[in-house]
Amino acid sequence: MTVMHHCKKLLAALALLPSMVLASDHVLLDEAPLDGHDVVSLQRGARTFVNYCMGCHSAAYMRYNRLTDLGLSEQQIKENLMLAGDKIGEPMTIAMKRADASKWFGAQPPDLSVVARSRGADWLYTYLRTYYRDESRPTGWNNVAYPNVGMPHVLWELQGEQVMQAVEHKEGEGEEPGAAHAAPKLVLERQGALNPKQYDAMVGDLVNYLVYMGEPARTTRSQLGIIVLLFLGVAFVFAYLLKKEFWKDVH
Amino acid sequence: MSQSKAPVSGSRRTLLIATGALGAVGAVAVAAPFVLSMTPSARARAAGAPVEVDISKVEPGMMITVEWRGRPVWIIHRTQEMLDALPKMDERVADPQSNQPLQPEYAKNESRALKPEYLVIVGICSHLGCSPSEKMKAGPDSGLGDDWLGGFLCPCHGSKFDLAGRVFKGMPAPVNLTIPPYKYLTDTRLIIGEDTKGA
Amino acid sequence: MAKTNAVVDWIDARFPLTSNYKTHLSEYYAPKNFNFWYYFGSLAMLVLVIQILSGIFLTMHYKADAAQAFASVEYIMRDVPWGWLVRYIHSTGASMFFIVVYLHMMRGLMYGSYRKPRELIWIFGMLIYLCLMAEAFFGYLLPWGQMSYWGAQVIVNLFAAVPFVGEELSVWIRGDYVVSDATLNRFFAFHVIAIPMVLLGLVAAHIIALHEVGSNNPDGIDIKKKKDPKTGIPLDGIAFHPYYTVKDIVGVVVFLMVFSTIVFFLPEMGGYFLEYNNFNPADPMKTPPHIAPVWYFTPYYAMLRAVPSMLSSQFPGVVVMGAGVLVFFAMPWIDRGRVKSIRYRGPYYKFALATFVVSFVALGWLGVQPTDFLGKFPGSSVEMATVLARIFTVVYFAFFVLMPWYTAIDRELPEPERVT
Repeated sequence: MTVMHHCKKLLAALALLPSMVLASDHVLLDEAPLDGHDVVSLQRGARTFVNYCMGCHSAAYMRYNRLTDLGLSEQQIKENLMLAGDKIGEPMTIAMKRADASKWFGAQPPDLSVVARSRGADWLYTYLRTYYRDESRPTGWNNVAYPNVGMPHVLWELQGEQVMQAVEHKEGEGEEPGAAHAAPKLVLERQGALNPKQYDAMVGDLVNYLVYMGEPARTTRSQLGIIVLLFLGVAFVFAYLLKKEFWKDVH
Repeated sequence: MSQSKAPVSGSRRTLLIATGALGAVGAVAVAAPFVLSMTPSARARAAGAPVEVDISKVEPGMMITVEWRGRPVWIIHRTQEMLDALPKMDERVADPQSNQPLQPEYAKNESRALKPEYLVIVGICSHLGCSPSEKMKAGPDSGLGDDWLGGFLCPCHGSKFDLAGRVFKGMPAPVNLTIPPYKYLTDTRLIIGEDTKGA
Repeated sequence: MAKTNAVVDWIDARFPLTSNYKTHLSEYYAPKNFNFWYYFGSLAMLVLVIQILSGIFLTMHYKADAAQAFASVEYIMRDVPWGWLVRYIHSTGASMFFIVVYLHMMRGLMYGSYRKPRELIWIFGMLIYLCLMAEAFFGYLLPWGQMSYWGAQVIVNLFAAVPFVGEELSVWIRGDYVVSDATLNRFFAFHVIAIPMVLLGLVAAHIIALHEVGSNNPDGIDIKKKKDPKTGIPLDGIAFHPYYTVKDIVGVVVFLMVFSTIVFFLPEMGGYFLEYNNFNPADPMKTPPHIAPVWYFTPYYAMLRAVPSMLSSQFPGVVVMGAGVLVFFAMPWIDRGRVKSIRYRGPYYKFALATFVVSFVALGWLGVQPTDFLGKFPGSSVEMATVLARIFTVVYFAFFVLMPWYTAIDRELPEPERVT
C-alpha cells in the first residue's frame, strides 16, 4: 500500500511539472485531505453534497445507486440521501429549471459531476473555505480563490463570517488556519455552527466526495493497476529469458 | 547461425510454453473488459429496474398494461368465471401443467399466478415477438368460434392463448407466454421484476 | 501434423500463405545489430491495433451529437461496464502513439533510414504522421469539452488565413459559421472511418516498401552486400521470426508496463493526456483563459505563435507551421552525406541534429505555456517566450535548410564492412 502510494506520488510529481498553475491564477492552494478509501468521510461528504449543494447543482452523470460504492445499502441511500419517490437508479438531478436558475444567479449553476476533475481538489478545498464578506457584491460575499464569484456562501451558517484583513496584518497569528498563506489575510469574525477545525474537516469530506464522484472507478482503477503491473512483471521475466534463449544462436 | 529446423531444446520449449501461456492469460484478461462493456449499462439496468404497480383500481375482468424492461406486462384481474374456464382448457392447450420453465416456481400452477385472480404476464408472443391482442370475452362475439372461453390472439401469425397465457395446441407459437418475477408488497401493490428470491 | 500440412497446402494452392509468412517473417532477414531504437516500429503497430480496438468499443456507446457528446463520454466513464478502462486506453493510446512515432522518426534521423533506397518508406512514414495528426485533431473534438471545442475552433480558423478563399474554406470545413453539431458529426466520420482506412493502407505500404529493400541498421550499411555464397542469406542478417519476434515481445511487455502505469495511475498525465478544462462541457460563449493544443502538437503551435502577422494576415504563421511538418519530406534529397549512420557522421551533422532535437523539445515546451509566462524581453515590448520561440523556430529550419551544405563538407568516418 505505502509502496504504491510513494510510486504514485513520484510519478505524479514527474507528470505535473508546469501545468498545474493554470486553473488557480496564482492563488496558493491548500492541499485537500483526500482519501478515496475512507468510506465514512465519503459518506459524510455525500450527505453534505445532497443537503447543501443539490439545492442548486445537479450531478447528472452520477446515479444514486452507484453510492453503494461508499459502503451504503440501497435502502440507506433511499432513506438518507434521496427525496421520497425518486428511483434508486436515477441520476442525481435537481428540479430547478435552467431559465429560473439563470434569472436568480445570473448564470446556470454548473453540473458538479466532474467538477473535481476540471477544477482540481485543492482548488475546491481552498475555494469553499475562502469566502469572505464583501458588501460591494450582489450576494454580499466574495471569494479569494474565485474572485467575484456569483455563488453566495451557502455554507456560511456552518463556517460563520470571514472578513478580509488589511494587508499590514502580521503573519502567523491568524485564527483561520486555512487562509494562512493567501496573501491578504482572512479573519473569522463570527464563528458559525462549526469551529474552524470542524469546518475544514467538513469541507475536506465534501471535496473527498466530489473527487470520488468525478471518477467513481478511481479506486478500482488503481487497485487493478497493481495486479496488471505484477502480471506484466512476471511476463517480462519469461519474455526476457525466451529472448535470451533464442539469441544464443546469434551471439 | 543455426536454422530453426533443428529440434527445439528442452529449455526453449519450456520457455515457449510459459510465455505462450502467459500471453494467452493476458489476452483473455484484456478481452474480458471489452466483452463485458457490451453488457447492459447502468442506464439500461436502471431503466429495466423493477416496476411498482398499484392494482387497487383494476376491476374484475379488467386488464392494465405496464412497461417493464421495454416490454408490455399485462395485469389481468380474472373473474371467478374466467378462473373456472381454465381447467376446461387443459385438453386444448399444449402445456397444461406449465412444464416448460417460463414462469417462476411460485407461478407453476393451474392459474399461473401467485394469487389466482391476478394474472401477471409478459405480453409478448413466444413465436416471433409480436404482442397478442386481448380476446377476453368468451363466446362467438370474439370471432374465434362458439367454444372460445377467453384469451389472447396474436395478430401476426394467429397463435391463440388462454387466460393463463397457455398456448393452444398446433399453433405457430411453441410455448406458453412468460410470467415475469413479481411479488406483492401489499394486497394492492405489486412489484414486477423482483421477487422474494431477489431475482 | 500431416493434417495441418494438408490444410496449409490446401490454402497455399489458393492463397500465398506460406510464401507471405516466409517473405515477411521467417525468411525476412533483418540486420542482427538492431538496438533500443528499433523497438518503436513494432510498438507503433501495437498502438495502432490498441487504438482501433478500443475505438471500436467506444463507438458502441459514444453519441456524435453536440447535445449528447459530453454526456455520452461520462456515460462511458460511469455507466458502461469497464467503459472507463476502454476510454483511458484510447486516450492514453493517442499520446503514446505520438511518443512512439516521434522516437521512431528520431531513429530515422540518427541512422539515415530515409536515405536511398528507402525514400519511399520515409515518404509513406511521413504520410502516416500527417494522417496521425489529422486523426488526433478530429478525435480531440469528440469529447466536446471546452478544450475540444476551442482547439477545433482555433485550428479550423487557421484555414481562414488562406488568402482569398480562406473564409469560405473554414466555413466549408465546419459546415457552419462556428464549430457546431455539423462539425462534430463530420469530424466523427473522419475520425472513425475515413482517416483510419487511409492510415491502414499507408501502414501496409510502409511495411511492403520496407520488406522490399530491407531494414537499415545502426551502422547504416547494406547487409545484402555480404551474403553467404551457398544460401544467399546475408551474413549479418537473422530471420525476423523467431529472433526479432521474441525480442519485440520483450519490448512490448516493457511498453505495456509504461502504458498500464499511465492508464491505471495517471490517466490525465498531469493534464497533458487529458486536459483539465476538457471536463467542462463545450461552451461557445466562453473561451477558457488559456488554450493550448495537446502536447504532441505544441512544437508547431509554438511556431505558429512565433511568427508575427504580416500585411494584416496570419497566413505567414500558418505557412511556417505547415512547412515545419512538410519539410521532413525533403530529407532524402537534401542530405548529401556519404554515410548514413550518426556513428560515422562528422561533427557538423551531430551538432545540427542535437540543436534540432533541442529546438523541437523547446518549441513543444513553449507551446504548452501561455506566451507571457516568462515576462517581457528586456528593454522591449515583445514577450520573452515569443523571442525564444522565434530563435528555436529558426534553429529548427536551419537543420533542414543548411543540410545540403553541412552534410557535404562534414568530416565523416569510414563505414565498417560488416555490422558491429
